[in-house]
Amino acid sequence: MHTADTLRFATRAAAGNLLRTALMVLAMAIGVAAVVVLTALGDGARRYVVGEFGALGSNLIIVLPGRSETGGINPGSFVTATPRDLTVEDAEALLRSPWVARIAPLSVGSGEISTGGRLREVTVVGTSADFTVVRQLDVAAGSFLPREDLRRSTNVAVIGATIQRELFGVEPAVGRLVRIGDRRFRVIGVMAAAGQGLGMNTDEMVIVPVGAALAIFDTNTLFRILVEARDRGALEAAKADIAEIIRSRHAGEEDVTLLTQDAVLATFDRILATLTLAVAGIAAISLAVAGILVMNVMLVSVTQRTAEIGLLKALGAEPRTIRRVFLAEAALLSLAGGLAGLALGHGGAALLRLAWPVLPAWPPDWAVAAGLGTALVTGVLFGVLPARRAARLDPVQALGKK
Amino acid sequence: MALIELDGIERIFTLGDSQVHALQSVSLRIEAGEYLSVMGPSGSGKSTLLNLLGLLDRPNAGHYRLEGRDVTTLDANEQAALRRERIGFVFQSFHLVPRLSAAENIALPLMLAGLPVAERHTRVAAALHDFGLEGRAGHRPDQLSGGQRQRVAIARATIMRPALLLADEPTGNLDRATGQEVTRLLEELNAGGVTLIVVTHDPAMGERAHRRIRMEDGRIVGDLRRGVPPAG
Repeated sequence: MHTADTLRFATRAAAGNLLRTALMVLAMAIGVAAVVVLTALGDGARRYVVGEFGALGSNLIIVLPGRSETGGINPGSFVTATPRDLTVEDAEALLRSPWVARIAPLSVGSGEISTGGRLREVTVVGTSADFTVVRQLDVAAGSFLPREDLRRSTNVAVIGATIQRELFGVEPAVGRLVRIGDRRFRVIGVMAAAGQGLGMNTDEMVIVPVGAALAIFDTNTLFRILVEARDRGALEAAKADIAEIIRSRHAGEEDVTLLTQDAVLATFDRILATLTLAVAGIAAISLAVAGILVMNVMLVSVTQRTAEIGLLKALGAEPRTIRRVFLAEAALLSLAGGLAGLALGHGGAALLRLAWPVLPAWPPDWAVAAGLGTALVTGVLFGVLPARRAARLDPVQALGKK
Repeated sequence: MALIELDGIERIFTLGDSQVHALQSVSLRIEAGEYLSVMGPSGSGKSTLLNLLGLLDRPNAGHYRLEGRDVTTLDANEQAALRRERIGFVFQSFHLVPRLSAAENIALPLMLAGLPVAERHTRVAAALHDFGLEGRAGHRPDQLSGGQRQRVAIARATIMRPALLLADEPTGNLDRATGQEVTRLLEELNAGGVTLIVVTHDPAMGERAHRRIRMEDGRIVGDLRRGVPPAG
């Protein structure tokens, strides 16, 4: 029997019982759609996070107080016990390295800003003139912090776009006086609306010189130092220099952790890729369930079509032919289910993108291929047993059934 | 050379712990072109004999030579090939595939034999014409009358031009007039040279055969020939 005839015969058999075929295709489709949608979600989350970190600037080294014992980052990297303070002097000293282009010390805390009777809780960030360059941010109005000695605490402030809107409305903020904590500051600039980045919303920040911030918080300790290397190739050399400089300043102890964007990115990329793989695996279980359904339905089909199988044998069909016909039917049903699932999954992913435009929820190619492949393989695999049963039927008994 | 030579055939079924001798030392010689009826009470072994002749069943002992070749020892694939090429079956309940049209049912053996599509079409068209089914080619079995269904089944059984046509109660599900029409059709095929073996309960039909085998309890108890040798 020709392959084309086998396929046509199997198609007619599948079309002969539409409800059964539709249910089986649906079960397979849900499995494949689950794989597609869940991996789209996982991979979308991965791309979202990678994109967020990409916004940081690619030559960035983040210096954190405290030593993390392992390479890369782990949850401990962010909450290390601080053996020795990271100071403004440490930050300045880093500029001695020829591989370091700029630095921006960072002191972060919360405070209240008030003007004209309006009061708002804000994140106060103390930094220096190079912050905008290092973080690739823009100023919408006025100017950013002046270039000055890091220990001076000039009373000027740059406010985020949201703060401008909420405190001053449509009136220009530049030149106005505000009160932060118990000090008065003159607003010299307004940041361009930028949105989220590394968990900090620059729109809701008030940026003051680092000396002023340390005075408000009454501390000497920096939260971080952002360092920009001369170029990507200089990252490793700059890290070595930073470690050396800090060690010489901290009595021989290297009590800081250096994060590069690459390390952060690689880690998040790895975590989220693994997560995507895990959800794909969970979704694949539903495909196995669909496979068992295929087997059950095909077994029922063999029983229902016993007389037909007996007839085919009487007409001279070899066991091999019967086996192929039933296997082809299982494969066709799985393929139809898989394709329907792909359509359903892509539709679902499109809905996700519609609902959350920030999430690039595109299913990765490997997941699409794996979903379809698993559907086909399980369908055929679970089709083997019914097909063999059909091929082994005794023709005399099979013909006797009606 | 005889078309069929059965020699000491035994067929034993085990039902629970009792053994049933469906066929006991059956020996039979059938020449090509013969017209044979097999009659006897229920359980006498008629159908078992027919299944055996059609290579759907194997004997427990004895030898079956078809066209001079011992077929009892052939494997499943070789037997399937013989059924495809040399043997046609006509059943009491027609055994048409319900989802396929009359033409597609007739084409089944050609498809199984892997014949080219063009040749299948010509042969099926010819068969539809020969059996008066031209207007029914696209009808499914449930849209056909009983007589038409059996004609489709006979067309299917003969489309490969077999040497041997086995009919198990071919008129059992048909009214008298339609039954006679089907009998006439089978006899015409026999007149064309096909060896015809009919298993039947109907004495009227059995009497028409040139050679009448009577079976009881798995044995051949009668083998009557009409004086005239069969037309070849």
